[in-house]
Amino acid sequence: MVETAIELRSISKSFGPVQANRDVSLTVAKGSIHGIIGENGAGKSTLMSILYGFYEADSGEILVRGAPVEIRNSHDAIESGIGMVHQHFMLIDSFTVLENVMLGAESGPLLSESTLAARTELERLEREYGLYVPLDETVGDLPVGQQQRVEILKALYRGADILILDEPTGVLTPQETDQLFEILKALKAQGVTVILITHKLREIMAVTDQVSIMRGGEMVAHRATADTNREELAELMVGRKVRLDLDKAPVAPKAAVLSAEHLGYTDGKGVQRLADINFTVHAGEIVGIAGVSGNGQSELLEVLAGILPPSEGSVSLGPITATPENPGDPEQRRLNGIAHVPEDRHRLGLIGKFSAEETAILGYHNNPAYLSGPLIDRAAVRADCEKMMRDYDVRPPDPVLQSSKFSGGNQQKLILAREMEKNPDILLVGQPTRGVDIGAIEFIHQQIVAMRDAGSAVLLVSVELDEVMSLSDRIIVMCGGRIIGEVAAEEADARMLGLMMTGIPRDKARNPDADIQVGA
Amino acid sequence: MSNAPRITLPAWIDIGVIPLVNILMALVAAGAVILIIGEDPVQAVQVMIQGAVGYDEGIGYTLYYTTNFIFTGLAVSMAFHAGLFNIGGEGQAYFGGLGIGLAVLAMDGFAPGFLIVPIAIAAGALFGAGWAFIPAYLQAYRGSHIVITTIMFNFIAAALMVYLLAGVMRESGNMSPETREFAAVSFLPFMHEVFAWFGVTITRTPLNLSILWALLCCVFVYVFIWRTRWGYALRTVGQSERAAVYAGISPPRIVLLAMCLSGALAGFVGVNELLGVQHRLLLNFSAGYGFTGIAVALMGRNHPVGIVLASLLFGLLYQGGAELSFEMPTITKEMVVALQGLVILFSGALAYMSRPWVEKVYLLARGGAERRAA
Repeated sequence: MVETAIELRSISKSFGPVQANRDVSLTVAKGSIHGIIGENGAGKSTLMSILYGFYEADSGEILVRGAPVEIRNSHDAIESGIGMVHQHFMLIDSFTVLENVMLGAESGPLLSESTLAARTELERLEREYGLYVPLDETVGDLPVGQQQRVEILKALYRGADILILDEPTGVLTPQETDQLFEILKALKAQGVTVILITHKLREIMAVTDQVSIMRGGEMVAHRATADTNREELAELMVGRKVRLDLDKAPVAPKAAVLSAEHLGYTDGKGVQRLADINFTVHAGEIVGIAGVSGNGQSELLEVLAGILPPSEGSVSLGPITATPENPGDPEQRRLNGIAHVPEDRHRLGLIGKFSAEETAILGYHNNPAYLSGPLIDRAAVRADCEKMMRDYDVRPPDPVLQSSKFSGGNQQKLILAREMEKNPDILLVGQPTRGVDIGAIEFIHQQIVAMRDAGSAVLLVSVELDEVMSLSDRIIVMCGGRIIGEVAAEEADARMLGLMMTGIPRDKARNPDADIQVGA
Repeated sequence: MSNAPRITLPAWIDIGVIPLVNILMALVAAGAVILIIGEDPVQAVQVMIQGAVGYDEGIGYTLYYTTNFIFTGLAVSMAFHAGLFNIGGEGQAYFGGLGIGLAVLAMDGFAPGFLIVPIAIAAGALFGAGWAFIPAYLQAYRGSHIVITTIMFNFIAAALMVYLLAGVMRESGNMSPETREFAAVSFLPFMHEVFAWFGVTITRTPLNLSILWALLCCVFVYVFIWRTRWGYALRTVGQSERAAVYAGISPPRIVLLAMCLSGALAGFVGVNELLGVQHRLLLNFSAGYGFTGIAVALMGRNHPVGIVLASLLFGLLYQGGAELSFEMPTITKEMVVALQGLVILFSGALAYMSRPWVEKVYLLARGGAERRAA
């Protein structure tokens, strides 16, 4: 008989008419790593919020270590030994690690006593779990992987032996992800129970013992990780067969249509975001840009799209050339057959309060096809939006529904439809599947490949290494605003790209055993 | 953590029931205040309503105030749709009046009315827009905050008008800070005159043809904001400047456009006040209408239909309030302002306070209906 850490019995929770959890039961064995997967809106976050006391369940029972408990707020959860590491860290950047960990758990009115006690305890925890973090560093100066460790330490310091991690790898490099998994395994070895919420099947397979799959607010299956595979999990999540691997015809590149020469960009604060960028993209190929988020990929995309002006060098896109003297603007790009699917869907790609049909003309509102005299031709806009929704399977196909009411995947499909429908010569795509369900990912990838096969030049920026590797014909790796190197898709592997993403040049990354000087 | 999804209520509840509940709450609070000073709240409400809509003179005054509120309410909402908080309606209305005054004074010696009136209206729009242009330019290209600059421009406009009306533009021999009276050709007909053309006699009030112009402006604002590409661009900037840039829209240009249109609309207060009623340019004719326009726009949810309704309510409060302080001397003018303040508080600042309660009642009622149906 395995000891259970957590048992949820028939948890139900609804928000108004929406049933977020329906009769959900879950048993997590003590000292195991238990994965919970499901698409956005499947109810995994609600379930964990109930366990952590953000919401109260309408009905059902929670048992911790076999005993029924009532968890009304996060304080109760911590009392029961449950700790949570949020997707977005709850840390104060200007405080040191020690101060962050102590925050809210100080023992007396004078800080000095608490500090001493906390330091001793933290040093013990660091030794015990191999979770080393410099205690006196300012948190804002630490890399994200280390910040995440601070979050884990915070939970452990509060006595948690059941840890919930919500999408922990979203911000990590492949190497940091591996390190995280090592830590989780060490925690497990010490008897800590870990609940891992993720949508990445690869991670589930790599690190969990058990996995539970949610769909539409219900628990649809439990599996021992050893007895299942990615295909089965994907099918359970989506409710139908999903193809994880992409069928791609061999690449047939034609003339170069996008080429950057010594392109540089310095932002308003004088920080150089891009330096000496040189590359070309040909018609009929997909070039992927890999890199840890924040290494200049976003700026590159925005310079190409005309949102930011280049500070140095030039880039030619089809018929136009953008230079510091003559940067052009997004409208000029669109008129010249350059479409842009922005990285930040919510802030750039659509306007939450606009109806779907209004979002469907964002950037094209001066297009004569949508105008009749001084007015917007609403019938034409409606018809076009309906066509986009049909062609790209946007659900619900309701042109007057507010854009924010669509799921992430359907929002993204609408944006892709808007940009691709114009048959652009150059398609700039940023994070095409961020926050998008697995079923929609498949569709979006197929559309991007279809654009390539139809002769468009596609530049893809993504922090999902899997995505870059499966879609791209060539991969450019960026670090610190520079191009570190270029790899053909066939010879790329995650380990090598991961090393290049930290600034190690390609030849060293290929032979990582030859002495590596990290910290470049 | 209260990020539970809010439910969507049918539109008639959102724009009908909730504002009504808010006004009722305001009336209850106002009633309590009146009770405290020892008057009968029911009687006070009766006096107010009687004074505002009980007889044709009251209605005329109510609609005359309403006209001003429509202009300033539209002005605030136009800027608001572009994400700008134009506090300068007062100054823009005042300055627009200057434009109207200058145009009429320059032309009424020789030009016919059908020429003077359109030119004067255009001048009002132009001056109002001009006065809004400067803060707009400073916001768009120099990063000065529009709230601060428009407030300051109210003071500048007021000071400038004192200078002009006490000196340069004052009619010689006149002790009041005002210009000479306009020639009669420039007067907009009063409504009682218009009615008289058709043989209908109504009491003489300041209500004049400007109210039709105000309604036309509502139609214009609606069409502009929701039916043209410029309105689309304006709303895009108002929702997300980054998305606007992505879409190839220049936010600074939209700031200029929105503020100039906003100022022009505010400038039309002078049409009602100067061409319609006062027939001269005088000190302080804008009388706070610009400021009240903010509350009107808030209450009217920045939609022309809502603004007309909110303007009616404020017109009613103004006229009914004036009547109230006349009929019940213990309720002073200041008291009336306080009562108006309560209405603004409950339906503006606390507009969403009653929503959760209404939601609950709605869900209960709907649940009951569903159970009965099942």
